Amino acid sequence: MSAPTTAPRAPRTTAPKAPRPAPRRRIALLPSAALLLGALYCLLPVAWVVVAATKAGDELFSTFTFAPGTGLLENLGDLNAYRDGIYWRWMLNSLLYAGLGALLSCAVSALAGYALAIYRFPGREAFFNVLLAGVLMPPVILAVPTYLLLAEANLTDSHLAVLLPVLLSPYGIYLARIYAAAAVPNDVVEAARMDGSGEWRIFRAVALPMMLPGLVTIFLFQFVAIWNNFLLPYIMLSDDEKFPITLGLFTLLNQGSNTPALYTLVITGALLAVLPLIALFLFIQRFWSLDLLSGAVKS
Amino acid sequence: MNGRPDAAKADTADVSVAATRTRANRRRGTGGRGAPFGFLAPAAVLFLLFFALPIGYALYLSVRKVQIVGLGLGADGREEVWAGLANYRRALTDSELLDGAFRVLGYGAIVVPVMLGLALFFALLLDADRVRGRRFGRLAIFLPYAVPGVIAALLWGFLYLPSVSPVHDVLDRLGLPAPDLLQGTPLYGALANIAIWGGTGFNMIVIYTALRAIPVEVHEAARLDGCSQFQIALRIKIPMVLPSLVLTFFFSIIATLQVFNEPTTLRPLTNNLSTTWSPLMKVYEDAFTGGDIHSAAATSVVIALVTLALSFGFLRIANARNRSEESR
Repeated sequence: MSAPTTAPRAPRTTAPKAPRPAPRRRIALLPSAALLLGALYCLLPVAWVVVAATKAGDELFSTFTFAPGTGLLENLGDLNAYRDGIYWRWMLNSLLYAGLGALLSCAVSALAGYALAIYRFPGREAFFNVLLAGVLMPPVILAVPTYLLLAEANLTDSHLAVLLPVLLSPYGIYLARIYAAAAVPNDVVEAARMDGSGEWRIFRAVALPMMLPGLVTIFLFQFVAIWNNFLLPYIMLSDDEKFPITLGLFTLLNQGSNTPALYTLVITGALLAVLPLIALFLFIQRFWSLDLLSGAVKS
Repeated sequence: MNGRPDAAKADTADVSVAATRTRANRRRGTGGRGAPFGFLAPAAVLFLLFFALPIGYALYLSVRKVQIVGLGLGADGREEVWAGLANYRRALTDSELLDGAFRVLGYGAIVVPVMLGLALFFALLLDADRVRGRRFGRLAIFLPYAVPGVIAALLWGFLYLPSVSPVHDVLDRLGLPAPDLLQGTPLYGALANIAIWGGTGFNMIVIYTALRAIPVEVHEAARLDGCSQFQIALRIKIPMVLPSLVLTFFFSIIATLQVFNEPTTLRPLTNNLSTTWSPLMKVYEDAFTGGDIHSAAATSVVIALVTLALSFGFLRIANARNRSEESR
């Protein structure tokens, strides 16, 4: 590492054309190619949907897969006009479910994770383990009885039916506990206590700012989980004014088997639904580390 | 039926008790013994309402059945009665459910090894020096995580159609026969590919994070001893990230058992996926199309028990292994 810094000071006697000291390590060709291939495989469907959204209805099944078409503006116009723009309604619903749900879920996780990390109290591990066991429960198995229970409370087919069951995230609490344990030193909590701060004040004014980077991760994780959720709205909702984007596109695809004209709408809709999340990730990864997602905390 | 409101009342009682305790403690200025319970209250309430209560209700429904009274006319014609284990007996002998279980096993036998193998492979590539384009590769492979499973299934579903698929296009021009991916055995591969595409990136990040936690000195020592990159990966890196491999394996198995979105989304594009292709699809079908919530409940309890048994059995084996490694 120190070799290049000394190079400029080399005496003039060395031939100027002499090979630079220690050429940068050779590129491992085969592994690099393998990585590139993996990247291309992952980009393939996304690249296709970008191209396919430009194809007019008759081009979709006749031109080569990656040949751009001529109908992008028309497709966008059709999507916008479809049932008075219900597509945008679905996008807004998804934004509401994912945004509000992730925010509240993040708050619940932060509170619980903080309590589990900072306090010692009887039943702490038992509570944590029972929560984690919740991860193992297949969503359908919860969703069917939840549907029946919410039906008795007259809450099915409402925004709340999709919002409430996603607020508790065992994985979010697990992450919050790790972040709180790593980011909030016990001495600081003790010191704040000595100063006479109440427990709630300590949490809000001292611990919360320290946990913030981790909480952003939980928010993103939950946002993606809710945005991607299909089963819960599929079971809970029947009024398509309340559908999130996943369910909306699914019903469009379902109707497409009778009216193939809808396929171009489905594809254009899929492109527009995928873009915001991809943009969000590209934007956010500049100042947020993916590692946090698996609970890795830099010491 | 009346178990639910009682439980709900009990929850709110818990909350208020915890809240008053917190307040009292603050006034006294002690360390706040009740505070953790106050902080945990929202999570506890949500857990009771949306985990414990539904599970209890499913258990209750699974041992009940609807009996027809008299002529079976009108709302009074049907009543719920105790059914014992009849629903379970029916679920366990249901050939459609068993077939579904086998289909999911076959599907999982492709998804889990391929997805985790690729995730480990790419994670090792990201961790190796001399590999170019690591930043781009990491982002691109992680990208599918941001694509909802339903949309992923939809995109791949179109790409599988002979009139859209680029592979078909090329094979046609060469005059070669192309397989129909949406039927028979290839259908498993087609479904597995969607899950592999969607899941590899996340698992790769988990494993990569663990790889980066290995101290540099360990690699350096091995390199000085003359180990090649490949040997370092095989002998040092993989054993050291074994815990995260176990974790990703565990979550992949659970996710596989719960497969629902992908086959459901592909159904409009092919006639070869039944509405009961996977066990969870059967639960949905029984509950919402067949209207038989009691056998749906029994089936869900069976699936939940199998998942739990697998999970705990697996964790035990993993823990036992870890302990024997440590004691060595």
